[in-house]
Amino acid sequence: MFAFLVKRILATVPVLLIVAVLVFLLLRLTPGDPAAIIAGDAASPENIAKIRENFGLDKPLPVQFGIWFGNLMRGDLGESYFFKIKVAALIGQRIEPTLALSLCTIVIAVAVAVPLGVLAAWKQGGWLDRALMGFSVMGFSIPVFVLGYLLIWLVSLKLGWLPVQGYERIGGGFVPFIRHLILPSITLSVIYIALIARVTRAAVQDVLSEDYIRTARAKGLPENRVLISHALANAAVPIITVIGIGVALLIGGVVVTESVYGIPGLGRLTVDAVLARDFPTIQGVILFFSFVYVLINLLVDISYLFFDPRIRY
Amino acid sequence: MNLLDRPFKNLIATLALGAASLSGGAFAQGTVLKVIPHSNLSILDPIWTTQYMARNHGYMIYDTLFGTDEKGQIKPQMVDTWDVSPDNRLWTFKLRKGLEFHDGKPVTGEDVIASLSRWSKRDAMGQKLFTFVGRMDSPAPDTFRIFLTESCGIMLDALGKPSSNVPFIMPKRVADTPADKQIEDYTGSGPYIFKRDEFKPGDKAVYLKNTKYVPRKEAASGSTGGKNVYVDRVEWNLALRDAQAQVNALSKGEVDIIEQPAFESYAALAADKGIDIVNGNNLGFQYMVRFNHLHPPFNNPKVRQAAIAAFNQEAFLKAQVGIKEYYKSCASMFVCNTPYGSLKGSDLMGKSTMKKAQDLLKASGYDGTPVLVMKPTDLASITKLPDVAAQLLRQAGFKVDLQSMDWNTLVSRRAKKDAPAAGGWNIFATAWVSPDIWNPLTNAAIGAAGEKSWFGWPTDAEIEKLRDQFAREADATKRKALAEAIQTRAYEIGTHAPVGEYINPAALKKGVTGLVIGPGNFYWNIKK
Repeated sequence: MFAFLVKRILATVPVLLIVAVLVFLLLRLTPGDPAAIIAGDAASPENIAKIRENFGLDKPLPVQFGIWFGNLMRGDLGESYFFKIKVAALIGQRIEPTLALSLCTIVIAVAVAVPLGVLAAWKQGGWLDRALMGFSVMGFSIPVFVLGYLLIWLVSLKLGWLPVQGYERIGGGFVPFIRHLILPSITLSVIYIALIARVTRAAVQDVLSEDYIRTARAKGLPENRVLISHALANAAVPIITVIGIGVALLIGGVVVTESVYGIPGLGRLTVDAVLARDFPTIQGVILFFSFVYVLINLLVDISYLFFDPRIRY
Repeated sequence: MNLLDRPFKNLIATLALGAASLSGGAFAQGTVLKVIPHSNLSILDPIWTTQYMARNHGYMIYDTLFGTDEKGQIKPQMVDTWDVSPDNRLWTFKLRKGLEFHDGKPVTGEDVIASLSRWSKRDAMGQKLFTFVGRMDSPAPDTFRIFLTESCGIMLDALGKPSSNVPFIMPKRVADTPADKQIEDYTGSGPYIFKRDEFKPGDKAVYLKNTKYVPRKEAASGSTGGKNVYVDRVEWNLALRDAQAQVNALSKGEVDIIEQPAFESYAALAADKGIDIVNGNNLGFQYMVRFNHLHPPFNNPKVRQAAIAAFNQEAFLKAQVGIKEYYKSCASMFVCNTPYGSLKGSDLMGKSTMKKAQDLLKASGYDGTPVLVMKPTDLASITKLPDVAAQLLRQAGFKVDLQSMDWNTLVSRRAKKDAPAAGGWNIFATAWVSPDIWNPLTNAAIGAAGEKSWFGWPTDAEIEKLRDQFAREADATKRKALAEAIQTRAYEIGTHAPVGEYINPAALKKGVTGLVIGPGNFYWNIKK
């Protein structure tokens, strides 16, 4: 186990290195000059040239890469061209909203989807199963922003129950924090409910046809124990895998929801940075996302040990 | 069961109490004005960049020597009195009493001199003014003098210019920052104090009322008059940039002002009885189409004239703005109803027909070179203009290559002087707030100093000569005549095409009053 962990952690290093090189090169190949953007609409060519020089953008590409990579090796992600703030601090400012939104979404998704999927598998072909399948199709099909606007219109504007927009940090109080998170989380969770419920249904269905389930029933175990202790426990690996992928995708995929609800998270930061050609920020954020993906994958792999004792590393 | 219930209920009660204590009345902030500005605030140095958000941030925390009122007239602001020598070469200014920076130190002539020096290195009009400036000094703490090498007519226009770059006055220690470096100390003497510790880029910017600020006695008008602050705190919501989400937030009362709603939002805003639509910028904005003078086909003035003749302003305005009351056609390059607004020499724009455009194009010798039109897809305020330009050019007989890109790609690409096929361009459209273009020196598009001028790089010695005369001339009537001559010449050589004017009124929550009328977004005088 320890050897496995060390091996997996070491394996992240080349992954992050490749990401770093690719991101750096791709950004420089993309059209767009941060200096011209920063200088503003009425800037003179001299001003733009001066800004370019200040940022070192006039230096040859290998020199620019060397400087950036050297700083990276010292744990310095650099400074945002626009905000004059260290990229690490910028990520720090934005991570809480995205993490909160992602966690809240995944909690809602798992709490709703897993029981639904189990029940649908149990009552295969029944009304619940069909309803779940219908909901899944809808969940996959409806764009997040459409659902977001519909929920805002109904819950916030018509019923007045929850705020329309914004994010309150948890330090400002739990009630406003959660009130601002409910609608965006529900909006974002629908697609994950659809995904996880379908996977759960399929996995539990497979397990329900196994001999040990028949044996458990023959022993006279109550049906809820058969479903939870035997069927769900044995179907856990694919469900955990899809939840893990969901969390990883969520961290970087919340941009639309953040835009609709005016949440200042990492998704929004990424889009702003890309549009503004804020190279240090884009590089830093993408490296951070890569690290998160790798970490979540590692956690998912480790969690297999607990859900399926047959697995050994 | 009861045994389990009790601690569970206690836990819930404790959590609820804790949550309530954290959330309820945690911030005794007084009156908070919540504003959705027109864009994101990223750069905090209004001298280093010309971005409008940096300018608006500057108006919150800095003060100016002079300002521009709602009629375009220059009025004193930090300056109390001033005197000009008979030969117009020595200007002596005395500052108002009670001017104080946020750190409690008085504003002195030395601060002014340092601020003007830095500004003059970045701003086009500042650069022009300083071609006449021999030296500056401060004979007393509340006095500064500007010695000119020769007489000029733009002193007050330059010191009171209301838009980017505004000559904001900073403490000397801040203004001594080299002009090509951003400042990192945001101490000003304006009506608000910037809360640096609460600034989160892309999230919010916070300003507190400067209780020590001494406003002028006159009524607020534009960037002049009494900057009375009636709220304790202003919060700019930088995260809420989706147009529909902005409308929802205002409708629900979660914000107080949308600075510039999307044109598509006005119908919903007007239908909401809890919202007022108020135009604070009476002179509005101008749309403009810019040609690249370096490359075919627009290196030929006759081809540029044909394009200008084809540009029907109503077509642009109807497509982009769509609300009849919010736009008007005006062929003046310096904006109608401003001191230099005039239709002299503008017949090519104002009275042309498509037939004339076609005839002009035929006579120009146009060889069918495709016109590369850059279209920004992510900037709703101008995204339809290139489509209209492309269609009108096609009707006139041009071959058009309409290329879509994001605004910042366009901004980068327009700075390239390469041929269109090598990554350059032929045409782009943009919008200007009126004060940026309302006189021949601030109007970047009319400069014709070749590769030193604004993107598009027109070259014309006559325009430059007339602009120089304008800068030297002190007589208002003669200045007006010079501005008309410049405009006439600019149409002759086709520097650019103004394609209509528009306003973009703010949306205010009912009960929010006192929006200052003038060429910008100002947050003093507002009551809630």
